[in-house]
Amino acid sequence: MTLAAYAICLKGIIWREGLRFLHQRERFVSALVRPLVWLFIFAAGFRQVLGISIIPPYETYILYEVYITPGLLAMIQLFNGMQSSLSMVYDREMGNMRVLLLSPFPRWFLLFGKLIAGTLVSVSQCYAYLLIAWLWDIEAPPLGYLTVLPAFFLVGLMLGALGMLLSSLIKQLENFAGVMNFVIFPMFFASSALYPLWRVKEGSPWVYYICQINPFTHAVELIRFALYTQFNPLAFAVVFGCTLVFMLGAIVAYDPSRGLMTLRGAPGAAA
Amino acid sequence: MTTPALEARNVSHSYGARKALNDVSFEVARGAFCVLLGLNGAGKSTLFSLVTRLFALRSGSLAVMGCDLQREPRKALAQLGVVFQSRTLDLDLTVAQNFYYHAALHGIGKAQANARTRELLAAVQLGDRLDDKVRNLSGGQMRRVEIARALLHQPRLLVLDEPTVGLDIGARADILKLVRGLIASEGMSVLWATHLTDEVFATDEVIVLHKGFVRATGSARALLEQTGAMDIKDAFVTLIGEGAP
Repeated sequence: MTLAAYAICLKGIIWREGLRFLHQRERFVSALVRPLVWLFIFAAGFRQVLGISIIPPYETYILYEVYITPGLLAMIQLFNGMQSSLSMVYDREMGNMRVLLLSPFPRWFLLFGKLIAGTLVSVSQCYAYLLIAWLWDIEAPPLGYLTVLPAFFLVGLMLGALGMLLSSLIKQLENFAGVMNFVIFPMFFASSALYPLWRVKEGSPWVYYICQINPFTHAVELIRFALYTQFNPLAFAVVFGCTLVFMLGAIVAYDPSRGLMTLRGAPGAAA
Repeated sequence: MTTPALEARNVSHSYGARKALNDVSFEVARGAFCVLLGLNGAGKSTLFSLVTRLFALRSGSLAVMGCDLQREPRKALAQLGVVFQSRTLDLDLTVAQNFYYHAALHGIGKAQANARTRELLAAVQLGDRLDDKVRNLSGGQMRRVEIARALLHQPRLLVLDEPTVGLDIGARADILKLVRGLIASEGMSVLWATHLTDEVFATDEVIVLHKGFVRATGSARALLEQTGAMDIKDAFVTLIGEGAP
């Protein structure tokens, strides 16, 4: 296979994911409505309750809406990562996944292509959210809109890879509700998305430690710092490391020679 | 001596304690229409999952056009066209978009994919449905589209798992005729899995699979002689030693 053939394959995977996304307009709307509800309603009500002291990367006192914006951006990416994992479970049940896995390109490349495609979708959603937030007077430094792009990519890849790993572990579509309860909600609430960690520490040191080891906390912080043109090395290291681990896990789980698919039996092939 | 289009050697596979395939060996000769005949639960779909690498081969060996599936998986897959029992088309995309996606997954550029798509759809008499959503096609038309799509990357071996399931008599006959015609027109080999004995012609090669064991292999004519049966259905019943399918 030539390099051009690899490019054609990658383009095809991204094109199909984009088309699928365009066909599901409600997916785009719901991906935006969720964080906007948090922003317009939750944050408006909560701003009087929770005072935010000056913490990096912020240099002044900030409104609560400003504080939770990076968390909500990461939330968009979290839902998107899980949604693409849902689409992979759906694809597997509907048989579309077989079309992908029958390609003569290396399996890691096919799964990586899927990840890139899902990440591009989530990045576009994040920018749509940032635009609405900007209209709501939540502004980041102009350069921040550019410096946050690599952070969006890395976080998108990490959460997409996590979703992919989960999709290889989920046997049936119905089990996906469990992912909502056991992955999305704990990850989101046990993080710095809604409240600064020093506040959490005051309330419960245990929850604080859980938040610290939650990769989603570091995803939020990577986005928060990047949006204010700053680099958070710890957040980057954690997100980068987790991306590699999740990606490797997903590739191994989808590899027929070692993966879990064989042990569990792929759908539709029980006869 | 030419290598067979598909060669299975001592293939076994289990789901936990249940053995789905037991020391299965057979060959599909080049240019042959080979029927894998077996009741539901015989192990046909498991065999397909192994041939297509959806399952890992843990015991025995499989080779497509001489390329070992373990050692040269990508080379083997490139020569393999597959039609699964369950539909694998994207219902929300048009026929052309489904073909384009499949072509991209095989590294085929848009111009070449378009030309080949038109040619193949014309061959399955669906040239005018290029821009229709797959959802709007009938069951028989979807099957024909899937077969045409499986040929897009010019495979040398086409494997089909119960491709006529759920189709009416007319559509079944059309699909059979189409695939048999491919052997002559595209010079390819076919492995056709079914439980329907009326899909077997006297000139076909047959592999009888039952409860994970190969019970017989050979031409349909040879199986008739071997069993002394009047037709292939009786021969099949004799070979598996159970009630008629």
